[in-house]
Amino acid sequence: MKLALLASLRAARAAGRPVVLLTRLSDGHQCLWPDEALPGSLAEAAQAALDSDRTANLESEGEAWFLQPHNPALRLIIVGAVHVAQALAPMAAGMGFAVTIVDPRRAFATEERFTGVALNHDWPDEAMVALAPDTRTAIVTLTHDPKLDDPALDVALKSRAFYVGALGSRRTHAKRLDRLKELGHGDAAIARIAAPVGLDIGAVTAPEIALSIMAQVVARRRGK
Amino acid sequence: MTEDMLETAAAWAEAGEQVAIATVVETWGSSPRPAGSMLVVTASGRMAGSVSGGCIEGAVADVAQETMRTGQPQLLDFGISDERAWEVGLACGGKLKVFVEKLA
Repeated sequence: MKLALLASLRAARAAGRPVVLLTRLSDGHQCLWPDEALPGSLAEAAQAALDSDRTANLESEGEAWFLQPHNPALRLIIVGAVHVAQALAPMAAGMGFAVTIVDPRRAFATEERFTGVALNHDWPDEAMVALAPDTRTAIVTLTHDPKLDDPALDVALKSRAFYVGALGSRRTHAKRLDRLKELGHGDAAIARIAAPVGLDIGAVTAPEIALSIMAQVVARRRGK
Repeated sequence: MTEDMLETAAAWAEAGEQVAIATVVETWGSSPRPAGSMLVVTASGRMAGSVSGGCIEGAVADVAQETMRTGQPQLLDFGISDERAWEVGLACGGKLKVFVEKLA
């Protein structure tokens, strides 16, 4: 790989711009798409690699190519700067997620409690609209407080986020579903919410609950 | 982890190291690391990342040293039907191709 190409690739990634690295396996020639124009079949395969977020092997004009998509980082939006969030944020970051914590309660969402994590102090509905969750976004609400969780879930369910989870017991969740239905969300929408949140591993402590949540996020992401 | 390996490769190169990058480009069967996985190697012997569960990293690192000397990229085949793979012990029964290139 040429140092100049590596620099371009890193610049694209730092800017959150999706690119594909193409390598011709016979001689190691490489290029970045869409920065460089490519013949139809290669360009189509490159777009498909980005869409599926999977590498691809392609035969083009008798040459074997390897396509490696570089999509922007997956995102995790955590609503509630609570104890579980303190365990969840670094764990998610370690798995490559760009983490944002939303909590208007400034006493909770402090730099001291969440060193180096992006903090958003807006009300959850405004914060969520601004963050614009997409198909590469996971959302988990942890506040236990309907005033904060509900507006976040309202926006989350209108988005294409690949994961929506909400902390709370079955009883709490049943009441939450009633409120979300009153806001106009149908059965299919509310069925998207993972609750009680996380895989059932009998988690008790904050780090254990964070682990169960991340395990469920990964499972959803990998189609399990 | 692909991203991290490229950052590592860039950091090592900036520190004046000679660097080679090995990338899994195709797998068959029960390969432990998916296509796109990377191993970064320096001429001084530093290593980061992985292209298998640890079975073939040594052999790939040897080729990486050669690639850093010659500048010639190489496409390596590892599989259970391959004598070389037996030597380095790809015990999982999978097959994979690894592309090795110099960062220059």
